[in-house]
Parts: sequence; C-alpha cells; structure tokens
Amino acid sequence: MWRVGTVVALHDETATARTITLEVPDWPGHVAGQHVDVRLTASDGYSAVRSYSIASAPNAERRVELTVERLPNGEVSPYLTQELAVGDRLELRGPIGGWFVWRTQQTEPIQLIAGGSGIVPLMAMIRSRASTGSTAPFRLLYSVRESEAVFYRDHLQTLLDRDDKVNLTYAYTRVAPKDWPRPPGRIDAALIANTTWPSNLVPTCYVCGPTSFVESATGFLSACGNSPDKIRTERFGPTGDRK
Amino acid sequence: MNSHTYDYDYLDGNAAAGELSEIFGMDVTIAEAQCAHCSAIKRFAEAHLYMQAPGAVARCAVCEHILLRFVKARHRAFLDLRGMTCLILDTSRLQERNPGA
Repeated sequence: MWRVGTVVALHDETATARTITLEVPDWPGHVAGQHVDVRLTASDGYSAVRSYSIASAPNAERRVELTVERLPNGEVSPYLTQELAVGDRLELRGPIGGWFVWRTQQTEPIQLIAGGSGIVPLMAMIRSRASTGSTAPFRLLYSVRESEAVFYRDHLQTLLDRDDKVNLTYAYTRVAPKDWPRPPGRIDAALIANTTWPSNLVPTCYVCGPTSFVESATGFLSACGNSPDKIRTERFGPTGDRK
Repeated sequence: MNSHTYDYDYLDGNAAAGELSEIFGMDVTIAEAQCAHCSAIKRFAEAHLYMQAPGAVARCAVCEHILLRFVKARHRAFLDLRGMTCLILDTSRLQERNPGA
C-alpha cells in the first residue's frame, strides 16, 4: 500500500547527503530501524523504487525523516538530494521490516556499528532511546570517510553531552582529524575489541553499512565472542540502486 | 549465476521486504525460512539477496543455495519458493497492525 507524503523540510547533512522531512497524514507509526520504499513515477509512467532507512524517532506528528546519500550514477538519489523541494509529494510504502529494529522495551546493552550512511537507521534508534527516556546503555562505533562526511554531528554531540550512557567512537577511513589517536583505515579486529561492549555483557549488536563493511564488522564481533544470534545486520550497496 | 561470498554483490532480505510484505500481507523479515538444501533455519532478513537479475533472488546465508525467486512483470508477480521447505510466519503482530480489523 502506497501512501503520499509531503516534503515539509530539507536539510543538508553533508555535501552529498540530504535529510528529507515528510508529513504523512495516514502514517501508522514506525519502530526505530525500519525503512520505507520510495516510488518516483515519470510522466510517461516509468517508475523507480528505492529503499531508504528512516532517520527519525517515532513521533506523534506523523513525520518521517529520510537521509539520502547522492550516488554519482544514481537514478533516484540525485533527484531526491538536489531537485526535490518543500511542498513536493513523494509516494512511500512502509514502514517495512521487523527484524532490524530496536524496541524501547529492550533494556540490554546495545552496540551500534555504522559504516558511512549506515548511520541512518541507527540514528533512529538513538533518537528513539532519547525521546522515550530509555536508560539502555548504547555504544556507537561510526566508521566514516572523514569528519566532513559525518551525518547528524550536532545532534549526536547534544545527546552525548547530556547522557553518559551513550558512548560514541568515530573511526575515520580516509582522513582523520589532527592528533586523532588512530590512523585512518578500515575497521579492524583491535578497534572492534577495544571499542565495543565486552561479549560477556551479551549486547545486542546492530550493524548497518555497505555489504563488505557488514561482513567485516560481523566477523570481528563474532571473533570477540558475540553470538551470531545477537548480531542483526542491514546491508546496502550499489546493487541497491536497482538499474 | 556466478556468486560467491567474496564478491559482496548481495544485500539482505530486508531489501525485498517491501515487495514481499505487500504480497504476504505481513512482515517477512522476521519470518524463519528453512533451506531445502542444508536445512538451516534463519530469519528471512538474513538471507543474501541478489538484485542484479530482472527480479530478486534470495540465497541461504549458510550454504548459498537459492531460497526464493521473485519477478514482477506488468500486473503479475512470479514467486518461486521451492528452495524453502518451510516458511514460518509470525502472526502475532497481525492484530496490532490492523487495530480496526
């Protein structure tokens, strides 16, 4: 079932990523971690469907925020990040998915691991935790190309400043800030072992990013003693931009 | 189809959830699927999903055998489920999804 959302705000997260806030009158509510399908239809009837994670916490205003990264040869993302305007309408299907979700009843330690724009559904979890007053301890490991590519930087900092049960580690893959303790590079076994919850606390782990990132991260988490049953993953990649 | 895990050319079951949930009328990502080849039972969200074909092919995350093939053409959807001996759907949330029903 397709619903219609109206764009009520646009916000650039980085030079290539934009957050789209939609008001969806018949939105049934969502759970942090879910995604939607967005359908664009051209005047000749040609249509394209893409999946985007929801970035916002569930809210009473029936608003849904999506953060879309522009892919260089994408068919849909350049339109959504450059041409879409406030007042435009988008067709949405969702919310979708009941597996890669964090529910507010969960009280166990939570380990979030994001690769690039894989932060989006994890941010919904962090926001949902904050908006419901949950005290579940959260750790986020956010692997990102460089500091200019970080999404939600200010909001993350605000949440961290007021709650010592949320902890964040940035890991830079291309360029690290000056004097950063770890040289730029992909995530590795030592980083996962040193920055994630010890496996004896039995955290639930959520990993989201490109497929190669997800495979590495889950491998390192398993090597640290985390059970595969406690690791939930969501993969995205160029193959997701259906051609 | 040439597929091996080193290519990383797959996504996961979440990526097909929109289409499939419309057909099944409920969320399929939490459904448990038993592979007809290796008998592993995993959540559908964990299946490896290949979308390079005209439709989508879901493969077992354990043995990579095909679980499901799905193609949509005009007003018809073709769903081949022979790679699963069983699909166990969670019906407990149907009530809360349709409070008026």
